[in-house]
Amino acid sequence: MATRRTPQELRKMRARERAIEWALFAAAASSVAVTIAIVAVLLYESLGFFAHVPLGTFLTDTMWTPLFADPRYGVLPLLGGTLLSTFVAMLVAGPLGLTAAIYLSEFASSRVREVVKPTLELLSGVPTVVYGFFALLFVTPALQAIIPGLPGFNVLSAGIVMGIMIIPYIASLSEDAMRAVPNGLRDGSLALGATRLETALRVVLPSAFSGVASAFVLGISRAVGETMVVAIAAGQQPNLTIDPREPAATITAYIVQVALGDLPHGSVGYQTIFAVGLVLLLMTLFFNVAAFWLRAKFREAY
Amino acid sequence: MSRADTVTVAAPAKAALGKGIPARRRREKIFNAIGIGSTLVGLIALSLLLFDLAYHGLPRISWDFFVNFPSRRATQAGILSAWVGSLLIIVVTAVFGVTLGVSSGIYLEEYAKRNWVTNIIEVNVNNLAGVPSIVFGLLALGLFVYGLGTGRSILTAGLTLGLLILPIIIVGTREAIRAVPQSLREAAYGVGATKWQVTRDHVLPAATPGILTGVIIGISRALGETAPLITIGALTFIAFLPTSPVSDTFPFISFQWLFDGFTVLPIQAFNWISRPGHDFHANAAAAGLVLLAITLSLNAIAIILRYRLRKKLQW
Repeated sequence: MATRRTPQELRKMRARERAIEWALFAAAASSVAVTIAIVAVLLYESLGFFAHVPLGTFLTDTMWTPLFADPRYGVLPLLGGTLLSTFVAMLVAGPLGLTAAIYLSEFASSRVREVVKPTLELLSGVPTVVYGFFALLFVTPALQAIIPGLPGFNVLSAGIVMGIMIIPYIASLSEDAMRAVPNGLRDGSLALGATRLETALRVVLPSAFSGVASAFVLGISRAVGETMVVAIAAGQQPNLTIDPREPAATITAYIVQVALGDLPHGSVGYQTIFAVGLVLLLMTLFFNVAAFWLRAKFREAY
Repeated sequence: MSRADTVTVAAPAKAALGKGIPARRRREKIFNAIGIGSTLVGLIALSLLLFDLAYHGLPRISWDFFVNFPSRRATQAGILSAWVGSLLIIVVTAVFGVTLGVSSGIYLEEYAKRNWVTNIIEVNVNNLAGVPSIVFGLLALGLFVYGLGTGRSILTAGLTLGLLILPIIIVGTREAIRAVPQSLREAAYGVGATKWQVTRDHVLPAATPGILTGVIIGISRALGETAPLITIGALTFIAFLPTSPVSDTFPFISFQWLFDGFTVLPIQAFNWISRPGHDFHANAAAAGLVLLAITLSLNAIAIILRYRLRKKLQW
């Protein structure tokens, strides 16, 4: 026998429902608060920094020596190190990731795919500090055997390992994009006598172009923000160079270097890590927005 | 059949087509091999990495390695303070990150109306997932360490990693909840359940394995993170344990450990890598091996869980 609830009981129930909804909303809104806090903290400390260092100097000076007796505050060497290591990483991860994606999407049997994809996912479970160890104590000695005179710290080794780290990411996202291409397009191409390779390269890939491009851009964003591999294997001297055989500090490696030291809170040296952190955030934000835009364009096609 | 017979191809064109076919087939075979090769690069790298770590680190792994503090002598140094630190921080991260993340996921899937507020939250979660981990470290340094005054403590570290894995847990929770069929909700509403009753008693139990997958992946990520913890100023040489959470005087439970200094496995490994000399590199490899064993098993559990779920879920 069901008993009818009294009006008081019903009111209590409704109040409870509303309270729960508000609590859940507060939890969801807290993620927005996190973003606001990130921007606020970076801006606040950076403003202190830019009160000391003009923005023009920061963007155009070619020396970064904030901890020296004669400090120079040009972000270009750190920016250069970041872009150079990212470039090397994409040189490795781009072609390999895309080829693996084409293979998995267009050539591999479903059984192969079911084994390979989870195994590739495992790769993303390797802590970055372990990749750093691998770069410094395995890849660098191996490269030194091929390239005589290669220093113990160099951008090449860090970039290659970072590339290996990003392959599964690019492969998986690109494969998703290619698998979303309707089979009708493939069937049409095959019926006209094209081979699977010709279909993959001339029909599927162009149709999935924006999805694949989005995967590449997200890969770049990852490489730009990656910290431990470059901090361990690429060296920590800011160095404006385009030669990946040299050591060079990235933005992230510089932040680690300063954090390991003991800079007083509020000093210009302390504020530098927030200023370069802001540059890093803006760069990744740019790439993430670009990837989002590309993907949105891709969705319109079908 | 008969129609295909009637198709006629001009002789020169036929010859051109015929000429290309073996070459085109060859290209196809070559690409197949390249494709397998590219796919294997990651796996080969993983095995090389495992082999390299095991080669350097296995000789160092013993009972003493787990119960000794770090030391200036490489052969006597252990990871006691590191694994205890990792464990305690993960407890804070899990309590904080899972509560906040799962609640957000529930709100976005079950409660949120399609309006601009929801849109902002959704775009924001996606965006947060793309923020480099070291930026979370800068946030924690400015907000927790100096702003709220929680210091370079286990609490600060746990909260930082909790925020870092928030997007992973939110996305995982949403996917799991979305997979619960609408009919289940309608049946519960039909017998008079309120929204929260439907969510708590029917949607969440059905979504639990899926939510768990996201939580495990998040925890594994937090365990391996180094950069944000270095940024908040984790000490690299810690030869003591945090205050025990259990005490012999009333009220028997102490939360003092939340405010103690810490080190964690990846930071200990990083510290040993940064030292010159092969002795400490062996320690780094051993610590990396322990860390890798933990994160890879967690990931494997999550992946198996997800694939089994996908097969079982035939609503």
